[in-house]
Amino acid sequence: MSYLTAHAGQIAQLTLQHLGLVLGGLAVAIAIAAPFGILAARVPRAGTPIFSVTGILYVIPSLALLAVAVQYLGLGPAPVIFVLAAYAQFILVRNIATALANVPAAQLDAARGLGMSPSQQFWRVELPQAAPVLIGGLRLATVALIAIATLGGYVGAGGLGDDIFLGLQRKYIDQTLAGSIPAAALAVIVDALFRLLERSSRARLE
Amino acid sequence: MLLGPSGCGKSTLLRSVNRLVVPQSGTVYLDSEDTAEVDPVQLRRRIGYVIQAVGLFSHMTVADNIAVVPSLLQWDRARIAARVDELLDLVGLDAKRYRKRYPRELSGGEQQRVGVARALAAQPPVLLMDEPFGAVDAIVRASLQDEIARIAQHLHTTILFVTHDVNEALRLAERIVVMRDGRVEQYDTPLQIVSNPATPYVRQLFALDEEERRFDSLRASLAQRKT
Repeated sequence: MSYLTAHAGQIAQLTLQHLGLVLGGLAVAIAIAAPFGILAARVPRAGTPIFSVTGILYVIPSLALLAVAVQYLGLGPAPVIFVLAAYAQFILVRNIATALANVPAAQLDAARGLGMSPSQQFWRVELPQAAPVLIGGLRLATVALIAIATLGGYVGAGGLGDDIFLGLQRKYIDQTLAGSIPAAALAVIVDALFRLLERSSRARLE
Repeated sequence: MLLGPSGCGKSTLLRSVNRLVVPQSGTVYLDSEDTAEVDPVQLRRRIGYVIQAVGLFSHMTVADNIAVVPSLLQWDRARIAARVDELLDLVGLDAKRYRKRYPRELSGGEQQRVGVARALAAQPPVLLMDEPFGAVDAIVRASLQDEIARIAQHLHTTILFVTHDVNEALRLAERIVVMRDGRVEQYDTPLQIVSNPATPYVRQLFALDEEERRFDSLRASLAQRKT
């Protein structure tokens, strides 16, 4: 415990860095997952190949994927963000496809029949209707990425993994805990925040 | 009024008017304009659309639902607000009480009143209604039918109305198209169709319902007595 208090400033900085990795990974992940998720929702036949590719990405151990990524992207945050983005695809693509496919058909028919263009249908009806499910998927993905981002400690990307792996190497349990406890706390807090958001967005729809 | 059994193509025919369905052959004219040559999105904003499942947007208030087409047409805010109140009044809902409510807080009948108001928002010359009162109970249906008859007279809007309910057709229609298996069996006024059915199918359709129609008028008078 003395380690935690003595290094509070440094731990806070690593926590911020950790969040930075997660948010970076999430941003890249969403940018890639959105078009594929939308495609899978619109064209059912496209779903199967898309889901099998993301499924394969998901089962590759993240550490192994990181090792390969370092070969191409070097050390630092880049390979970590790559791994995070790849890992989140499985959760996000399927989630986006499911969320959009479950928008009530009557509302889509009405939106089209009243004269909304395809993009107006998407932004004004589909997205708000899909929001609770989308937020749920985002929650699962973010919590998973918070855990995986600790791998950043291996490749000089910083984050709470630094303390965890250094502590393990030195057999210095206090330092390991100084990384793992904030990481766990971060996951719990983010999870709770997303649950709140999910509930309020659902309450608006029912 | 398009009348026929389910699967006879009456909805498909209706939806070809606002190009939700593209006809494989033939042309749909609206005011002697070939609809195939108009941008479908622009076309639909000029045609009201009411469906059985109502399809109110559950994340929007009643007012925002009614305002959908006017806001697509970029009316200014004050004009939209005034129009929303006017329409709620037209469909028999108190504007002050209903404006800010969400669809989930309304009964089925109230929801479809809002659905009708939304379809009429931008004063379309043509209104398409696809079994609009099929999902509400008989008493509510009767009052909605009266309401739409009154509105139609008031607005001089041409209404294309799909139903499988012979009573509804006789009650509301100026002209009836009887359809079966994707074909028109007869197109005429209700009186002509009842007195001179063109095919055995039409004769049977209207004869079978004689019994039920008597029951229906009984039910309607009972309903009136209750209120």
